[in-house]
Amino acid sequence: MGITDKGLVLACSAIGAGLALIAGIGPGVGQGIAAGHGASAVGRNPGAKGDITSTMLLGQAVAETTGLYGLAIAFILLFANPLIGKL
Amino acid sequence: MGAANLLASSSQDVDFFIHGVFSYELFGQTFWITTTHVAIAIVMLLIVIFAVAARITISHAKKYPTGFQNIVEMIVEMLDKMVESSMGPYAKKFRNYIGSIFIFIFLSNISGLFGLRPPTADYGVTLPLGLLTFGIIQYNNIKYNKFGAFTGLFKPLPFLFPINLIGEIATPFSLSLRLFGNVLSGTVMMSLIYTLLAKFAIGWPGFLHIYFDVFSGAIQTYVFCMLTMVYVTDKLPETE
Repeated sequence: MGITDKGLVLACSAIGAGLALIAGIGPGVGQGIAAGHGASAVGRNPGAKGDITSTMLLGQAVAETTGLYGLAIAFILLFANPLIGKL
Repeated sequence: MGAANLLASSSQDVDFFIHGVFSYELFGQTFWITTTHVAIAIVMLLIVIFAVAARITISHAKKYPTGFQNIVEMIVEMLDKMVESSMGPYAKKFRNYIGSIFIFIFLSNISGLFGLRPPTADYGVTLPLGLLTFGIIQYNNIKYNKFGAFTGLFKPLPFLFPINLIGEIATPFSLSLRLFGNVLSGTVMMSLIYTLLAKFAIGWPGFLHIYFDVFSGAIQTYVFCMLTMVYVTDKLPETE
């Protein structure tokens, strides 16, 4: 079994990228809750559909930020790996 | 890009990176004209042509609009309504800026449809947009709140000053990272499909283009402008 140093770092980086994307669970749940409450709000007050939709989208976009930080980490690990340079 | 490219070790190259087109020397530094510059130039050219055409049409405006005049009036009305709905009486001052960045970001986002690498998938484009917003927020903060802009940082309790300061400084970064991350993830997905699934990518990626480029692009443009307006309105004094 000849695992080179570089191979080990690359393999662990790939696993790390996968783990970083677990951050996607949070925004998924959060956006789903926001969309559900938006739907029920439209059901109660169909006249305010425009306001409700824009507020919902705004909240969802803010909730999405944490997921995007995880995505950024995954991209850095996969395509601009800083750990390779340390070898 | 460096040697650290996992997917490049597979037989096919996944290519969504920014490429240099040509370089030039200035003050002993090497600068690159990249694909982002080219894409921005194309987007800008499109906007300028549209603006000139709109200007000519509007200066010969008819009472009962037809054709192109209808389109121009529709776009302006839509943008004005969007700004007015969230800024109220202050809308007049900000609709130029919000309308401009809306059109620019929207065209940049959907330029992926036309085979360009979207300029907003480059952090060098979205960070200046975020910093512009930051400048406008702080300018209005100081203009309307005078010294209150600084005492406001100590507002609920004095020892919360560091947290308030970080909250102010984080604004442009969270704004720009949100736009950048969303557009980049769309770009990466599309290039993964086109290179790794090249044999099967016939026709159906069109639907993904509609989602990633048009739908996601429009939503992110809307969100960027909305958040800009929310942050700015937050600093303006209450009316009525």
